Amino acid sequence: MAQNDTLIKGWQPVIGLEVHVQLMTNTKLFSPAKNKFGEDANTLVDLIDMGLPGVLPVLNEGAMRQGIKFGLATSAKIAKTMIFDRKNYFYPDLPKGYQITQLHFPIVKDGVVDVNGKEVRIHQAHLEEDAGKSMHDKYDDRSVIDLNRSGVPLLEIVSEPDLRSASEAVDYLKKIHQIITYLDISDGNMSQGSMRCDANISIMRPDADEFGTRAEIKNINSFKFVEKAINFEIKRQIKILENGNKVEQETRLYDAVKDETRSMRTKEFANDYRYFPCPDLVPTNISDELIEDVRKNMDELPEEKESRFRSQYNLDEYEAKVLCAEKITAKFYEEVCEVTDPILSAKWIIGEINALLNKHDVSLAESKINSKNFAGLIMKIKDGTISGKIAKEVLEEMWQTGSDSQEIIKSKGLEQISDESELESIAQSILDNNPSQVEAFKSGKDKLFGFFVGQVMKETQGKANPGAVNAILKRLLSN
Amino acid sequence: MNFKDQREKFRSKAISAKEAVKEAMQKIKNDNLNIFINDFETQALKQADFIDNNFEKFKNTPLSGVPIAHKDIFCTNGLKTTCGSKMLENFVPPYDSTVIKNCNEAGSIMVAKTNMDEFAMGSSNETSYFGAVSNPWNSDLVPGGSSGGAAACVAADITSISTGTDTGGSIRQPAALCGVTGLKPTYGLVSRWGMIAFCSSMDQAGPFSRDAFGCAALLDAMASYDEKDSTCSKRVEKNFESLLTKNFGSLKIGVIKNIDSLGINTDVMQSYETSKSVLTGLGHKLKEVDFSELSSGICSYYVIAPAECSSNLSRFDGVKYGYRASNQKDISNLYMETRSEGFGDEVKKRILIGTHVLSAGFYDAYYLQAQKVRRMIKNKFESIFKDVDLIFMPTTLDQAFEKNRKDSDPNRMYKEDLLTIPANLAGLPAISFPNGFKNSLPVGGQFIGNYFSEDLLLATTHKIQEVTDWHKMTP
Repeated sequence: MAQNDTLIKGWQPVIGLEVHVQLMTNTKLFSPAKNKFGEDANTLVDLIDMGLPGVLPVLNEGAMRQGIKFGLATSAKIAKTMIFDRKNYFYPDLPKGYQITQLHFPIVKDGVVDVNGKEVRIHQAHLEEDAGKSMHDKYDDRSVIDLNRSGVPLLEIVSEPDLRSASEAVDYLKKIHQIITYLDISDGNMSQGSMRCDANISIMRPDADEFGTRAEIKNINSFKFVEKAINFEIKRQIKILENGNKVEQETRLYDAVKDETRSMRTKEFANDYRYFPCPDLVPTNISDELIEDVRKNMDELPEEKESRFRSQYNLDEYEAKVLCAEKITAKFYEEVCEVTDPILSAKWIIGEINALLNKHDVSLAESKINSKNFAGLIMKIKDGTISGKIAKEVLEEMWQTGSDSQEIIKSKGLEQISDESELESIAQSILDNNPSQVEAFKSGKDKLFGFFVGQVMKETQGKANPGAVNAILKRLLSN
Repeated sequence: MNFKDQREKFRSKAISAKEAVKEAMQKIKNDNLNIFINDFETQALKQADFIDNNFEKFKNTPLSGVPIAHKDIFCTNGLKTTCGSKMLENFVPPYDSTVIKNCNEAGSIMVAKTNMDEFAMGSSNETSYFGAVSNPWNSDLVPGGSSGGAAACVAADITSISTGTDTGGSIRQPAALCGVTGLKPTYGLVSRWGMIAFCSSMDQAGPFSRDAFGCAALLDAMASYDEKDSTCSKRVEKNFESLLTKNFGSLKIGVIKNIDSLGINTDVMQSYETSKSVLTGLGHKLKEVDFSELSSGICSYYVIAPAECSSNLSRFDGVKYGYRASNQKDISNLYMETRSEGFGDEVKKRILIGTHVLSAGFYDAYYLQAQKVRRMIKNKFESIFKDVDLIFMPTTLDQAFEKNRKDSDPNRMYKEDLLTIPANLAGLPAISFPNGFKNSLPVGGQFIGNYFSEDLLLATTHKIQEVTDWHKMTP
């Protein structure tokens, strides 16, 4: 069972993730209120989301379709009949005093995803409603509640404990992220809470028969923190066991500032949620027709897109993988390909665009680069208007302002100088100003040719067409 | 006045809706039985004007110009809805329940909302935060519950129709104890949207009136398929009023074998026997059916209903609406004090029972077991209805009893529902109607029918009421 390269100090980490994904739907899971992020507090709230006396939930079929889509994407079993349960607990931002979720009869069961060639099993994925948001720091003397999120549909994706390292857990999470964003199941925005993760972590000796006692870390909200939190937790548990103590089954919170996990509640104080089937909702049958309809309308999966890119655009495996890592990048690439060279575009996206995104830590969608201004840039490179070096400068400017490449080139005067007479007069003045170097060149110091080219480039701020400069200098120096 | 005459007076313009409302308001003001929690004179007069001004539109609706009292469990837009609880003493819903909306559209005018056991939990109307209701036949006695105010309202001739809800007998038992007719429809016939939930899987709203005729007309108004209630059934719409006179022919009516072993009072049994001869006199055939599981229904009910209620009542936490305990130091105390002060004893007891039967380690032994018993009873009914058209039995073990009688023995109070609960567990329709008069008090009998056989229940009762006078007696 254990993979030796994932052992840490002789201990095998065992990790399972529970990923909460907010579904993209028009309305909430059980109410007609809009499902949107970032609106004014308590403006997207129906009677149902407030949990008023007498209100009843009605299932949003759109959310059900999203769940089915995820099931299809992970080769899972889709329930013939799903049943909603009530999970009872008191919390101010949980208006009904219970959450409607699925315990025993979830919409999706027994899925599998490929993580770097390894099959990671999905135990189940179930539909449930999100809670509202309590805010304690807005006012000094009171806490306030925003119910816009109350009733937003979630898909909770529960993996089997198949992950063996923090980095593998992150890769799994990225894979889930890729699937849900590809299929428009969710926007997957972790900073806005559209995707949240709980990690169950235990450690064991590689030859042990049973898993160790696990701790659950709640609500981790970035890929980076998932890795850090898991690594911290593994180290903590190793320390406990190596000191001869026992790991306690408990729920812990990750503190990103201090980079540590802290106990939230131990097992003996765990809530008894008193689950029981929600009597306001009848068991929901999912017909084969519905499943087929969802399948028919489903977008291309990442793997399918990669293989299409390789054949359609002549990309290699690496290029296709990088371009298809995110749907938005793939879409961007295909838009660029409609107007210009696929190979050159691929190289620039993989190299320069990705470098800029990483450097500034923003997504393509948030940047000022779009397929139109970027395609314009590639065309300028392709037709020799600018050199690769200048193109990088143009791209930087485009990144800052979002301007068109043509405009940037013009306003900054970056257009390549190919004009023979202009270049010749520049070259001649360089030669005139450096008589000793000309002397040395003519007496056999061939290497000085590069010096002259460099001087011309310096004089033209790199805009001179390198081919033309070479030819002109050769002619002038042979006189 | 009975419903039919009341409606006819409006339709024939003998009385305006406004005059009818004024008459009812006068009676409400004179009420000394504590039947009502709130009355709404201003709104009622306004609505009556609206109906009078649109006479042509409302002259043919099921409830043309008839004053109605609604159980205070139905949310009324802009008007207090208390559910008989301190918790909701000042709660004003921002929306109408479907029942209210349907009744308004059918031309009735709400004059008041009736007293009830707190959150519909009780069989005597004594758990109401607003005080017990007195039985119109004898003010020392209870009217039954939980829709005690609704039954008393019709019995005392204040309005000719009223709405109630029935989770374990809350329409039929008070109908029997007050001497009126009350119907619990098939689960899913009437929308639960806006009806404050007690036990969601059994709660069902239904009509009260003197007779089957009034119940049929009110049910025509109340019943509608409603997308807002996922448990509401899509079914063929029936007009119950017109079906009252349909000839269903000679029926095979099931009577329970050894029913006398259930502890039914001899006066109630006598009325039951008399009714049986009325039925045979009408050409129906009686057939003894074995239903030994009947009495286990009560055990199942008193697990499932508290379980659901413990969850349904979680929303009353002092955070969003309703009662809030003042000056609490933290959220946990706010919850505890709000719920301790806002709920009465019976409600608290059921929340505790419900919480217990759902908790880890007890779920299988109680909740799951109770669901099995429930399924067993449902199956039993289904097999009985392969053989008979209706089941006939007494509604209650006893007639109306004295107030404060049973505080010392809660099990005896729970046993009041022995004969009514099985229909709720199975979701079947059942009607209670006055079928005798003993000790200066009414007695009730009930029919239980197969799913969506309200037309048969009402027509059969209507036939009986054509040849008997029990439903015409007034206090």
